[in-house]
Amino acid sequence: MHPAFSVILLTTLLGAGQGLFLAMFTGQLYAIAHFLPLQTSGFYASGSLLALSLLLGGLAASFFHLGRPERAWRAASCWRTSWLSREVIVLPLTMGLVAAYALTHLLGWTAPWFRVGALAVDLSLILGVLGTLASLALFVCTAMIYAAVRFLEEWHSPLTVSNFLLLGSASGFMLAAAYSAWLGNPLVGFFGTWAVILTLAAALSRGAHLLRNARLEHRSTVQSAIGVRHSALQQKAQGATGGSFNTREFFHGRSARTLRWVRAFFLLTVFPLPVVLIALAHAEVSSTLALTAFAVQFVGLLAERWYFFAEARHPQNLYYQSVS
Amino acid sequence: MPQLALVIDLNVCVGCHACVTSCKEWNTSGAAGPLVDEHPYDGSPTGTFFNRVQTFEVGTFPDTETVHFPKSCLHCEDPPCVPVCPTGASYKRADNGVVLVDYDKCIGCKYCSWACPYGARELDAQERVMKKCTLCIDRITDDSLPERDRQPACVLACPTSARLFGDVHDPDSEVSVAIRERGGYALMAEWGTKPANHYLPRHKTRMHIAPEDLERVDNPLRREDLTDYTGEESVDDVAW
Amino acid sequence: MQDHPSHSDSAIGRVEVKETTCYMCACRCGIRVHLRDGEVRYIDGNPRHPLNKGVICAKGSSGIMKQYSPARLTRPLRRRPGAERGESDFEEISWDEALELLETRLRRLRAEDPKRFALFTGRDQMQALTGMFAKQFGTPNYAAHGGFCSVNMAAGLIYSIGGSFWEFGGPDLDRAKLFVMIGTAEDHHSNPLKIAISEFKRRGGRFISINPIRTGYSAIADEWVPIRPGTDGALLLAINHEILARGLFDRDFLIQYTNAAELVVSDEAHDEAGLFYRVETEAAPDCFDPQDRLWWDRASDAAVRARTPGVEPRLLGAYTLEDGTAVKPAFQLLKDRLADYTPEWAAEVTGLPAATIRRLAHEMGVTARDHQIELPIPWTDCWDREHASVTGNPVAFHAMRGMAAHSNGFQGIRALGVLMSLLGTIDRPGGFRHKAPFPRPIPPCPKPPNDPAAVRPDTPLDGLPLGWPADPDDLFVDDEGEAVRLDKAFSWEYPLAVHGLMHNVITNAWRGDPYPIDTLVLFMANMAWNSTMNTSEVRRMLVDKDEQGDYRIPFLAVCDTFSSETVAFADLVLPDTSYLERHDVLSMLDRPISEFDGPVDAVRVPVLPPKGECRPFQDVLIELGTRLGLPAFVDGEGRRKYRDYPDFIVNYETSPGSGIGFLAGWRGAEGDQVLKGAPNPEQWERYVEHGCVFHHQLPPSYQYMRNWNKGYLHWARAHGMIRYADPIIIHLYSEVLQRFRRAAQGKGEGRRPPPRLRERIATYFDPLPFYYAPLEDGLIDAERYPLNALTQRPMAMYHSWDSQNAWLRQIHSHNYLFVNPRVGAAEGFADGDWIWVESAHGRVRCMCRFSEAVEPGTVWTWNAIGKAAGAWGLAANADESRKGFLLNHLIAEELPEHAAGAHLSNADPVTGQAAWFDLRVRVYKAGPKEPAITAPQFAPMPRLPGQEPGRGRWQAYVAGIFSKK
Repeated sequence: MHPAFSVILLTTLLGAGQGLFLAMFTGQLYAIAHFLPLQTSGFYASGSLLALSLLLGGLAASFFHLGRPERAWRAASCWRTSWLSREVIVLPLTMGLVAAYALTHLLGWTAPWFRVGALAVDLSLILGVLGTLASLALFVCTAMIYAAVRFLEEWHSPLTVSNFLLLGSASGFMLAAAYSAWLGNPLVGFFGTWAVILTLAAALSRGAHLLRNARLEHRSTVQSAIGVRHSALQQKAQGATGGSFNTREFFHGRSARTLRWVRAFFLLTVFPLPVVLIALAHAEVSSTLALTAFAVQFVGLLAERWYFFAEARHPQNLYYQSVS
Repeated sequence: MPQLALVIDLNVCVGCHACVTSCKEWNTSGAAGPLVDEHPYDGSPTGTFFNRVQTFEVGTFPDTETVHFPKSCLHCEDPPCVPVCPTGASYKRADNGVVLVDYDKCIGCKYCSWACPYGARELDAQERVMKKCTLCIDRITDDSLPERDRQPACVLACPTSARLFGDVHDPDSEVSVAIRERGGYALMAEWGTKPANHYLPRHKTRMHIAPEDLERVDNPLRREDLTDYTGEESVDDVAW
Repeated sequence: MQDHPSHSDSAIGRVEVKETTCYMCACRCGIRVHLRDGEVRYIDGNPRHPLNKGVICAKGSSGIMKQYSPARLTRPLRRRPGAERGESDFEEISWDEALELLETRLRRLRAEDPKRFALFTGRDQMQALTGMFAKQFGTPNYAAHGGFCSVNMAAGLIYSIGGSFWEFGGPDLDRAKLFVMIGTAEDHHSNPLKIAISEFKRRGGRFISINPIRTGYSAIADEWVPIRPGTDGALLLAINHEILARGLFDRDFLIQYTNAAELVVSDEAHDEAGLFYRVETEAAPDCFDPQDRLWWDRASDAAVRARTPGVEPRLLGAYTLEDGTAVKPAFQLLKDRLADYTPEWAAEVTGLPAATIRRLAHEMGVTARDHQIELPIPWTDCWDREHASVTGNPVAFHAMRGMAAHSNGFQGIRALGVLMSLLGTIDRPGGFRHKAPFPRPIPPCPKPPNDPAAVRPDTPLDGLPLGWPADPDDLFVDDEGEAVRLDKAFSWEYPLAVHGLMHNVITNAWRGDPYPIDTLVLFMANMAWNSTMNTSEVRRMLVDKDEQGDYRIPFLAVCDTFSSETVAFADLVLPDTSYLERHDVLSMLDRPISEFDGPVDAVRVPVLPPKGECRPFQDVLIELGTRLGLPAFVDGEGRRKYRDYPDFIVNYETSPGSGIGFLAGWRGAEGDQVLKGAPNPEQWERYVEHGCVFHHQLPPSYQYMRNWNKGYLHWARAHGMIRYADPIIIHLYSEVLQRFRRAAQGKGEGRRPPPRLRERIATYFDPLPFYYAPLEDGLIDAERYPLNALTQRPMAMYHSWDSQNAWLRQIHSHNYLFVNPRVGAAEGFADGDWIWVESAHGRVRCMCRFSEAVEPGTVWTWNAIGKAAGAWGLAANADESRKGFLLNHLIAEELPEHAAGAHLSNADPVTGQAAWFDLRVRVYKAGPKEPAITAPQFAPMPRLPGQEPGRGRWQAYVAGIFSKK
C-alpha cells in the first residue's frame, strides 16, 4: 500500500493523544487510590488539553486524506457496517470527553457528587472513565479500519489492534512522562515505568506481527487473479503505461532495501532507544532526555506506520506487475 | 432479484482495447462522467477508466500462451466495498445488482478501494470521488433506446463478442448458459466475494491425423504413375 | 453520479444520430455519431453496416479525442521568410495566398517540365482522385504508401491468382475448418477479421498462427508456429513439397483452373524456353487470354489444346511435341523446383522442427481433401460446363505485412499463392474469396506509360501513373533502360513496383537521381518520422542545401490534419479536416470495402463544421486543378466544371458518358442503376439514407469460382468492373515473370535490362517460387547482427496517428523492445534495463521488456509509438519522446553498394516493396552512467500558429465541453 502521510500522521497523533489522555486519567486514578500524590487540576487539565490538541491534529490530518473533506460529516452515517464510520463517531466523542475532562479540571468542578464506598465520585472521574472507554474504543475503531480489511492479510489480524492500542498508549505515556519531566513533576517515574511496560508489550505485539507477516502466505496468486493455472505466469501489460490510481494507491514505490532500512529504524527508535532514554531521563532527572525519548519514539512511530502501510500487499497488485 | 453481469470470453479476446475506450467514451459524457484525464498531453498521462485490458504471458518459449485479460468491476453478489463505505455512497442496486457509487455522497476516503481485492475502483484525481464501472447504468435503464442498444458500451463495441451481458440469476440467460456449459469461473474465488462477472477459459481445437488419412486411395499421383525412358538397351534385349 | 431507476441521454440535451464512415484506421467501418446539443457525445459502430455489423474498435471509439486533439492544424501556414526549414517557424496565411502560391509554382512547372512536381500520399483513401490529379497535371511522380506497406502481398497474389488479401479478398471463415494466419499485423482488416476469427473459433475451427511473435490475433490461435522472420517462403515451399509428395493436392482444380497442366517449353536452348508452347488460335476480338496453350492428353498420349472437353491431361512427365520441342507440364516444373525444398531443409532455415512442418502440411492437405464442402448452388463455367453445386476445400489463409515487408516477400507470397492453389481453395467456400472488383485479369489491365515522351509540358500524362506491367515493354524506362519516375518504379530496378516506391522519393530527390525536382507535395504521410526508413538521415536531407545555399528539395508542401514531425519541414502547410468534417468516397475506382458476396462502397459525410480554416484536401485538389485548367476539371473554354468535391463526385465520369464514376450505388437519373449509369444528382442523399454505404449482393451463383464463372464475368464486364470476360487462369507458373527473365537472359526480341541489373532480373524473376535469404543479409556483416528486429502496430493505435489522442496514448504512451529472456541472459541485461539496439546503420537506446512470446532470434517493438519531442501536440516531456523510440533510425532505405548498383532501394527486387522487416540488429546493455532517456533525441518542435494551446493538467470531456473544476 502507498503510505499516505496524512494517514500516518492521523494514526500516530491520535494514538499519542489517546495514550496521553489514558496516562492522565491513570495518574488521577492512582492518586485517588493514594498510590501517587494528587496533582493539581492544572496538571490534568493541561495534559488533557495537550491530548486534545493531538487528537485535533489527527483530525486535521484526516481531512488531508479525504478527497471531499467538506462532506466529511456524511461519514458518520454507516456505523452499522463501517469501522471508518464508527471511528468518525467515536473520535469526536473522545475529543469531547477529553475536552470536558480537561474543562472539569480547569474549572475545578471536582466536588464529589456521590460516594461509592470509599470512592468519592466526581465529574472528572465519570468523564475520565467515559473518556477512557472512548479512547479504547477509538483505538479499536482506528485499528479495525485496517484489521477489518480481510484482503490486506498483513493487517487482517488481532495484532493490528493490539499494536495500535499498545503503541499509541506507549507513546502517550511516554509523552506523559516527558510532560511531567518538563513540569519538573515527580510522576516521570510513574509514567516512564508505564511507558516502558507498554513499549515492551508493544514490542512483543509488533514483533509478533512482523514475524507473522514474514511467514504470511497470501491467499491470492496471479493464477487465481486471472484464473489460469500455470506456474509460469507473468504480466506484460497492465493496460496503461502512464500509471493509474491502482499503481499510485497500492504501491509504495520504494525498494526492498528501503523497506528493510525503515524496519530497522523503527525497531530501534520505537522500542529500545526510548526505553533507554526515559530510564536515563529518570536517573538523570533530565527533562530534555525525557522529551527526546518521546520525540524519538514518535518519529519511530511515523516510520513504523509507514512500514505498516508499505508492508501490506494488496491482492489487486497482482494485476499491476508490469508495464509495456 | 436479477443480477446483471458480464461474462468475458478469454478464448476469443484479442486484446484490442475496444471495450476500454468505448467505455470511456460513453461514460465520460454520461451519468457517471466525466472520466477525467490528468496530463492528457504531457509525461505520464493518466486518467480514469472503468475498464482496462491487460496482457499476461503463460509458459515459456515455445510453449507460450498470450492471454489478454479485460478487467472491470465484477459487481460482486457480496460486494466487500459496499459495507465499508462510511457514507453509504457505495451501494448495490436492489433491482439489478449493479454496484454503484453516488458521487454526491462520496467523500473520497478510498476505503472502498482498499476493500476491493480486484482493484476495480479508481479515484478520479480531479473530482476526488471514487468511480467505477456502472455496467452503463444510463444505457441499460434507458427505455428510449432500442433494445439492442440497451447494453453496456463495451459489450456493443467488442469486435469478437467476447463480452456477454445478462442476468446471471436467470438460469436460461445467455450468460448463465455460457458459465454453465463453458466452464465460466470467478476471479479470486478464494475470497468468497461471489463476483457476478465470470470469465470463460481458453479452449483448444486440435486435429488428429491417422496414418490412413495420408495413405489415400484418391491419391492423384496414381494418375501420374509413369516412369520416363528413352529406348535404351534392356535386360530383355540381352538375357535368354 | 445521480442514480435514478432509469436514465435517458435525451433528458440531458437534444440528441441526434448521424451515420458516416470511420477513419481512425484504414478499415472503414460504419459508425453512428451521437451528438448532444450539436457536440459529439458518443461514436459507436453502425449495426446496419456490412463491414463491422455494429462493432467498433478502440480507435473508432476514441474518435472524439481525435476531433478535439490539440495537435489539430487550423490555419494555412507558410515558412516565415528567412526562417530555416525544419524549425517550425511559420506565419499564418490565407487560403487565397496559399492556393495562389501553389498555383503559380505548379503552373510554371507544368509548362516547363511536369515531372519536377511530385505528389506522394500516405494512408489516404482517395488515391483515385490524387492519382487522377497527377495524371492530369502530367507528372508520373505520384504514388501512395503501398510501396512501403504491403505491395508484395498485393502483387504476389494478384500476379498469381488475380486477387489478394484485405480489400481484394480474404479468408472465408464462415465455412473454413482450418485457418492459417501468417505474419499479420494486429490491426489488419481489423474489425471484420476480429468478428470472423471469433465466430470461426466458436464454431470449433482450428486456427494456426505463423508468426515470430505471439500477440493480438495470434494470442487466440490454437497453435503458434514461431517462425524466424523472413523465412516464410521456405516454410511454404516445404509445405508445398510435402503436399505434392503425399498427393494431397486438388488435381481436378489444378487442371481446369490453373496453368498446371499447360505445357512449357523445357528445352533451355529453345528461343521460347520457359514460355508456354502456344499454337495459332482464333482469338475473339476482345480477348485478354486466348486459350492457345497445350495439354498432354493421357488417353491419346499426345498434345491437345488445353481444356479440350473430355480430355484428361498429364500433370507430370516430359514430352516431345511433333515439331521436336521438348515440353513439360508446368506442374512437373513445379515438382522439380520443390524437390529440394524438403521439410528438413526448411527446418534449418525457419527454426521450426521438420515434424511440425510436415504436420502443418498434413493438416492442410487432409482438411482440404476430407472435409470438402458442397453448396447447392448451380453455376456455369467459362467453358459452358454446368455445375450443379459449388464445392470447396475448407482451408483458409490470411497473410499480410509479416510476409510482405521482406526483400524475398514477392516470391514467398507466390509460394503461398501456389499452396492455396494446390489445395484448391481459390474463390471457393471455406477458402480464399475475392472481393469486387477482383478477380481481375492477371495482371490487371492498366499500364504505366512506357516511354519518356509520355511526359510533356502542359499535357496530361500519357498512361496511368501506376499500373500492372505484363512484360518488359510495359516498363517506364528511357532508351538506356533507366528510370523515368523519380522513385524508379517500373524501371528494371523494380519492374513490378505497382504501388510505387514512396520510401525512396526523398532520398532520390535529394540526390537528384534520376533528376532533381522542384516541388514535393506530401499528403498525410509522415515522411520525416515513422513512414520513412533511415529517419535521421532523411530529416537531414529535407533541410540540406546545395552549393548555392538553396534547398536540394526546393519546395515542400505538406497537407495534414495534425502537427506531425513532417509538418515541421514544410514550406507550406495546408490544414486538412478531420474525418467527421468532410465528404469522402471509398470508391470502386480505388480500394473499396467490398464483401465476398458483392461490391460495397461507402462515403463519409460531414457531421461537424470544419475546425478553424481546415479545408478538405479533395476540395483543395479540385480547386487547384480548376485553377491550373487541368482538362478533367474545366470545360472546353477552361471554365470551372465542378463546384466542389461533392459536386465532382456526383458528376465526374471516367470518360464522357462512360457511366462509371467514383460511386457505384444509386447511379442513373432515377438512382436505380448499380456500378454503371448516368450521374445521379441525388446520389449523396441516397447514400446518407442508407447509412453511407452501398452493398450490392450478387446472386449466389455469381459469388464463387469467379475467376472462371461465366455469368459473373459477363456481369462484371457489363457493369464496367473488368475489361475482359475471359477466364482468369491461375498463374501457378508465372509466364509474366519469365518474360522479364528472358530479357535478362538475352532471349527474344525487345528491351534488355542495363548490364548491371541483368543477373538481378534473371535471378529474381523466376517463374516458379523459390527461396533466397533477404538481400541485406548478404551485404552486411550478418553475424555481427544476429537478431531480426520487427515492429508491429498495436490494435489501439494506427501508425503514428494516435499519440495525439488523449485516451489511446494512455494505453501506449511509450514502447519497449521485447526480447526473449535468453537474449537478455546472453547479453547480461535484465528485464526493464536500458539497452542499445544497433544495426549496420545506426543505433537507438531504449528500455527492454522480456517476453516468452517472441522467437529468441527476434526482437520487436510497437511501431511509431516513439515521437519527436513536441510533435503531435504533445509536450516536450511526453513519454513518447522521452521513453518512446523509433526503430526506423536503424533501417537503411538503400542497400549497400553492390554489383547491381550503388543506390538500390532496400526493397524487394521484383516489386520495390520496402524491406522493413529485413532489419538485423544486435543488442547490448547501456552504460551505467548513460541518461535514462531514449536516443536519438531531436530539438522539440514548437507549437504552431493556429494550434490550440495545451489543455493543461486536467481534461474532463463531457459532450464537447472541457469542464474546468
